[in-house]
Order: sequence, then C-alpha cells, then structure tokens
Amino acid sequence: MTSAVEPRFYTQTWDLSYRHALGDTTSRFLAGLAEQRILGRRCPSCERVIVPARSFCDRDHTATSDWVEVATAGVVEMFTIVHEAFRGLPDPPYALAYATLDGADTALVGYVRGLDLTDLPSAVATLAVGNRVRVAFSDTPTGTAADYWFEPA
Amino acid sequence: MSAVGVLGVGQTPYVTRRADVTFPELVREGALLALDDAGITMDDVDAVVFPLAPDALIGVGNGERWCVEALGAAGKPFMRVNNGGATGMSAVIAAWTHVASGMFDVVLVAGGERVSESGSAQSVLNKMWDVGYERPIPLNTITMLALSAVRYMHAHGADEADFARVTVKNRRHAALNPLAHLREPVTVEDVLASRVLAWPIKLGDACPSSTGAAGAVLVSERYARAHGLRPAWIRGIGQNTETFWMGDRVGPRMLADHGDADALAVAFERAYAMAGVTDPAGQLDVAEIYAPFSSVELHVIEAAGLCGKGEAPARLAQGDFALGAKGTIVNPSGGVLCSNPIAVTGVARLAEATLQVQGRAGDRQVEGARTAVASAIGGDHQFYASLVLSADLEDIA
Repeated sequence: MTSAVEPRFYTQTWDLSYRHALGDTTSRFLAGLAEQRILGRRCPSCERVIVPARSFCDRDHTATSDWVEVATAGVVEMFTIVHEAFRGLPDPPYALAYATLDGADTALVGYVRGLDLTDLPSAVATLAVGNRVRVAFSDTPTGTAADYWFEPA
Repeated sequence: MSAVGVLGVGQTPYVTRRADVTFPELVREGALLALDDAGITMDDVDAVVFPLAPDALIGVGNGERWCVEALGAAGKPFMRVNNGGATGMSAVIAAWTHVASGMFDVVLVAGGERVSESGSAQSVLNKMWDVGYERPIPLNTITMLALSAVRYMHAHGADEADFARVTVKNRRHAALNPLAHLREPVTVEDVLASRVLAWPIKLGDACPSSTGAAGAVLVSERYARAHGLRPAWIRGIGQNTETFWMGDRVGPRMLADHGDADALAVAFERAYAMAGVTDPAGQLDVAEIYAPFSSVELHVIEAAGLCGKGEAPARLAQGDFALGAKGTIVNPSGGVLCSNPIAVTGVARLAEATLQVQGRAGDRQVEGARTAVASAIGGDHQFYASLVLSADLEDIA
C-alpha cells in the first residue's frame, strides 16, 4: 500500500470559437434594427405574427409567409433583475424582460435600460407584468441583437 | 408490453466536490450501489443506459466513452441520453422502453455528476438559447426561472415568502436525509435575507451544484417472477415537450404559460392515464418532483394535480405537503433544491420514489407509502418526464 497523498488537480480552460451563420430570416431582422424597425413574420396557418422573425411557425411547422413590421412599444410579459455575477456573462446589475410589442403575438427578449437597478423595489414596480415599455435602438449598430433594448415607457 | 420493475436503486451522498475519484470512478459507485441493492452483478445486465448532461458542464468531451468500463458496458448494448435537467429521468424512460418492449430483461441506468468542477455552468447553459436572437442577452437557467417566477407571482398573487416556505420545508426534509447536499434547516427570514441572484430568486431559493452518482436496475415482469423478486413497479410514464421559444409561452396567443407548468401537466396526465390514477391527491402518497428553485416546486405541485392552479402557496403555508401532514408528501428527500447532481437528478427522483414505496427511506420515510409520482424538467422548461410507481402491481387498481 502506498501512503495517502494530497489529491492532485489538472486545470484546463476550453478555448472554443465559432462563427455561426444566422440565416436569411434572422439576418433580415438584424438589418432592420439599423433602421429602427422590429420585424416579424406571419404564419399563414395560425395567423400569428411571430417576433422575432422566424422562417417557420413553431406551432404549425408551416413556412411563414410575409414580413410584418410591429410597433416599437408594448407590454412587459416577464422580467428579472440580476444582481449576481456569473462567469462569462456581463457584470451585474442588469435587467432582462420579454415584452409583447403592439401588433405581435409573441414576446421579444431584451435588456431593460433607463431605470435605477440598485433600488430594487422601485425597479420591480417599474417593470411589473403588464407595464409598458418602448424599444430603444443603438446609434452605432453592430448587426446583432444587442442593437436594441427596452426602456420604461 | 411487459410490466417494468425497479429491482434496485443506489445513490452516493451528494456533496460539493469529490477529489478522491475520477469521473468514471464516481460513475462506477452509482452502478455498484444500484447492482448491490438489486442483488445482481454486471454479468446479469443485458444493456446499459447512461445519463449525461451537456459535455461542457463537466469539461469532458463525450464522457460516455470514458465511462464504458465503469458501467460494465463493454460487449453490451449501450446508449447515452441527454435531455438537460431531465436527463436522468429520460434515461430511466429509455431503459423502461428497452424492458417494456420485451427486448431486454435487465437494464442498468447509472451515471454521475461533477458540475462543481467548473465555475462556468451558467455561461455553458447560456449557450442553449437561439444564437442570433437570444444569446446576446445573458439568459441562463437562473434567469429563465426568475422570469417564470415573476409570472407566477403576477398570476396567482404569490410573494417571495411563498417561495421561501418551499425551501424551509425541503431543508427540514433534507435534514432527515443523510444523502442530501444542503441539510441545514433555515427559516423564511433566512431565505428572504439571502442575497439576490436574479430577482425574485435569491440564494436561499436556489439548488446547489452537487457532485454525486446514482443508478437503478430495471427488470421485466418475467425476470422478476422467474427469480421470485419483489421490485417496485413503474406503473405509468409520461413525457411532453414544449416549444423552444420562451417568448411564445406568453402573450395573447400562448398555449402554455411560462409561469405555470402547463406542458408538464400534460406529461403527468399521460403517466396517470397509463397507471390508472384518477385522483392524484387521493391516490399518491409521495411526490419526488424536479424543482431546482423554490418557485418551481409550487407550479409543479399544481401541474401534478395535487392542488389547483395558484393554490400551492396557501396549502404549503398551512403545512400541507410536508412530512407529518395528511395527503401527498412532496419531496421528502429534500428534493432537487437540496441536491442537484444534474445528470442523475432524475435518477435520484426514481431512487427516492422507489425507497418510499418500499418503506426503505429511513428517517424521511412517508408512513405507509405505497404509491409515488416522480418528475423531471430539462431545457428552458422544455423537456418533461414523469413516472408513477407502486409497491405492488395491485396498488392503484
């Protein structure tokens, strides 16, 4: 028998990089952000306006048929205010919400900016389910979903 | 279709870290505990199903390769199953299918988890969202369930104290379970005072990252009868799958609400229909349900039909669902809130339900239990699995 030894560890970091193709439909949605437009696609079967735009309906498996520009204001469906730091994700605090924009049948996710997140009770009240938000757009678009966010209306 | 029995189950204690074993050595512990409990050896096993969640959670590429010997699988049919948080129970259901079909008589399900070797779990889990639309937003499994909790609060008038009472109950149960990871009793005030992770979820509302192993041996009815064995019986299974898009589970045209567990309710209904359960609250003694955050347990209790929608907070506040109460006892083990070894969390639910219906659950035993329901959830509240168990095939009728 060998005598007990201190346990050994092997430290490794996975350094992986990818360049994901986003496809025609997502690409057009992202291009719309530079024009301060939020675009959805209509399903010919259930007639929902699906936002963000998708090439097929997740409910009917049908190809969506036409582009629909929806409003840049809507209602909060759900939100959270993050105060914990997660490795590899942005520094807190930040707020996230899903909002259904006027004219859309599904909700869009985004950051919520323009409110004081250190005052938690006040921020929670501002973002209550059913409250209105508007979409704000970056003046310097990057071509990603980071080009828009929500602000209290 | 053959009836399927659970001949043996095994679990290691759930802890933060194990520096004394490699990943396969940990997996082997789960396999051996299950085989020993079943009273059989590797030689008796016809096929192996291995639950393993996303590779990056444990930093092992295709860990099923590394674990073949630990599972005694060389020379046998072998299958890895990954369904996120539902992985363990999906693996059990895959094994159930192997046996129910008549293809195999003895199937081993065993695995292990050591997610705590990385501090990057939530960054890994962020990668499951849509690349173009959602991944630029820092969604993860904590924020996705905080979003759900906010909707539950809004729809049903629940508050943070309602969530805290779930933790208080489960920690009280876990204190009676020597295998549980978090066993210190807490008060509602402790939970409310714990630091905010993603409002309304606080540290006290959250599961730990657990290291541990678990396994189960499933057998056919003909094998059990031929060898004079008395397994617990899987009487029904039910699965359901929800849309990928959380934004489609809200709004004017939604079919199932992200704040409730409507799609999970369908999975329970399927299992109940197969098992002949018509009155879950009256017929089921124990529920071992997957709820990694306190808020989740409330809507899963409701989806399981143990009370009406929005009623779980009041029922919990009056002492129901806790050991010693009348009716169905929920998570007598302390549940996922007190131990979450992700890959095998669903196996642990089956193991605990089996111990309960066989009267082998020690200090956490629900007196006289003969029937149980178990469930698991994977993805962004997306993959649902449930099982109904009984001590004898004659139970439930």
